[in-house]
Amino acid sequence: MTTPQLSPGAKIADSDVFDLALSWRGFRINKMCNALSEPHHRDACKQDEEAFMSKFGLTEVEKSLVRSRDFSGLLESGGNVYFLIKLGVVTGNGLYYMGAKMRGESYERFLSTRTNAGAT
Amino acid sequence: MGRIIAGIGTSHVPSIGDAYDRGKTESAAWKPLFYAYVPVREWLKALKPDIAIMVYNDHGADFFFDKYPTFAVGCADSYAIADEGFGTRPLPAIPGDLAFSQHLCRSLVYDEFDLTICQEMRVEHGFLVPMHLCFEHGESWPVASIPIAVNVLQHPLPTARRCYKLGQAIRRAVESYECDVRVAIIGTGGMSHQLTGKNFGQMHMDNDLDFLDRIESDPESLVDLTHQSLMEKFGVEGIELIMWLVMRGALSMNAKRIHRNYYAPMTTGMGLVTLEEAL
Repeated sequence: MTTPQLSPGAKIADSDVFDLALSWRGFRINKMCNALSEPHHRDACKQDEEAFMSKFGLTEVEKSLVRSRDFSGLLESGGNVYFLIKLGVVTGNGLYYMGAKMRGESYERFLSTRTNAGAT
Repeated sequence: MGRIIAGIGTSHVPSIGDAYDRGKTESAAWKPLFYAYVPVREWLKALKPDIAIMVYNDHGADFFFDKYPTFAVGCADSYAIADEGFGTRPLPAIPGDLAFSQHLCRSLVYDEFDLTICQEMRVEHGFLVPMHLCFEHGESWPVASIPIAVNVLQHPLPTARRCYKLGQAIRRAVESYECDVRVAIIGTGGMSHQLTGKNFGQMHMDNDLDFLDRIESDPESLVDLTHQSLMEKFGVEGIELIMWLVMRGALSMNAKRIHRNYYAPMTTGMGLVTLEEAL
């Protein structure tokens, strides 16, 4: 082993870093989100979200995080943000909505903290 | 022989692609970004590269964590536009240069970079945003491109120094190519951004400007930074900046900086630097 690049469990800006442990934990969630890159899966998800989640073998806890659009909880459960964005698109929660929720702010309040919110 | 003629470091923020597709490039909020690339496109038009090597990361458009390559190189004659989850963008497919890619892969593997070689690869915003910022297109693109995807999502990532060394190996590959191709290399991603947790949207503008200084004149000062210290400076997702080091490693220390820009309107520091080799 050469220079350690990352201390195990290190937090950056109070956030977890997506590593092999998180990736293993979040595999089902990420696999489901990954499928949303295909239009027929997006349609299937919109038509019957419960069946879609079951198809990808989500646990009951994971399903309830999806139902409540709890993106912070999904991240803690190993969801990768770039894959969760695909779920955000399908459910009408774009990245900045997800971000505002993670900050515990309204969307409008979050935008007011930006240098130029016209560039969304 | 082939030559590296230019290097570019640029952000690849997806909202830039969205603004481009929706015709917002002239809007007050987007002008400071898009106008910076007008002289870059003119410069590249005059330089006439035959090949653009695009160093980017896939954000779940074509790669998944079932099998996740550290370095993946395109080895095909064209690359399709991926659907990332919101439809396929109206852009022409990307022409490749198969013979050059095959040479590049041979050279890099024998130079001890154990690549994943991809004969089908769909490219996404990490690749496409820099592409349309740097090159004009109508029905087709004026340059052949080689995608090189780097794992910056699932730690362990390649180290900063490994990325820099990959750039040096790319230069050796280009210079050992039998044809007289002119090659530009583009390192994409960053600059500072944090997309997870309660500090979502946090940027580090001073660190971004310092990085722009260092990538130009003192890249060695960046290559020993650990992922942890890079993320502390640039945010978890700002680690993408290691891909700029691939570009910098492919350029000589004599390369001159031509353009530079920085704009941070929302949640990501959007940086640009261009370097030209004295031939």
